[in-house]
Amino acid sequence: MSRSIKKGPYIDPKLQQKVEALNKSNRKQVIKTWCRSSTIAPDFVGHTFAVHNGNKFIPVYIQESMVGHKLGEFAPTRIFRAHPGLKTETTTTPSE
Amino acid sequence: MARIAGVDLPKNKRSEIGLTYIYGIGRATSKKILEKAGIDVNKKIGDLTDDEVSKIRNIIQAEYKTEGAMRSEMQMNIKRLMDIGSYRGLRHRKGLPVRGQRTRTNSRTRKGKRKTVAGKKKVLAKK
Repeated sequence: MSRSIKKGPYIDPKLQQKVEALNKSNRKQVIKTWCRSSTIAPDFVGHTFAVHNGNKFIPVYIQESMVGHKLGEFAPTRIFRAHPGLKTETTTTPSE
Repeated sequence: MARIAGVDLPKNKRSEIGLTYIYGIGRATSKKILEKAGIDVNKKIGDLTDDEVSKIRNIIQAEYKTEGAMRSEMQMNIKRLMDIGSYRGLRHRKGLPVRGQRTRTNSRTRKGKRKTVAGKKKVLAKK
């Protein structure tokens, strides 16, 4: 048994409370959250979370296959567009 | 020549090593299989009797995923990661290392052959 199994999954307690409240009243509402490290629990399925990526909130709709992953995995923190070198190469070669 | 799970096994290797030629079986699994079949790990594949070979074959068929089944399972796992849009899935899509390794240098296994980008140097030459 690995140590992480012994410790159990980390689910943010406040987030869990909010989801439980929503489940009880049978409502669907976007939950804003900063808890990127929180594991996705089975009762999160069907809800939409707005997960913070350091800049803005990324809407994440939870599917069943996402259970067990962390919320942060679905809100990328870095954007990579292209290397500046590659861009000039593609623009200069046709003109030459 | 022993043929197990659609793979020809090398005659002159110890059976412990020979079994690892099957996709999905490594040293640990190989040892377990041989122990269960009651075969010495040092016995050469070529020296195995037909009885022993069929014993191994039955154990593998009943308990382990190998070759095609193993490959497709792995593909499914990767596909799942890509479909749910997780970070690991994105890395798979881009062909970059998945487990947080550095990409400034190295990671050539994932990225493939170097693609040299000339461009910056041209600007310097003009000056």
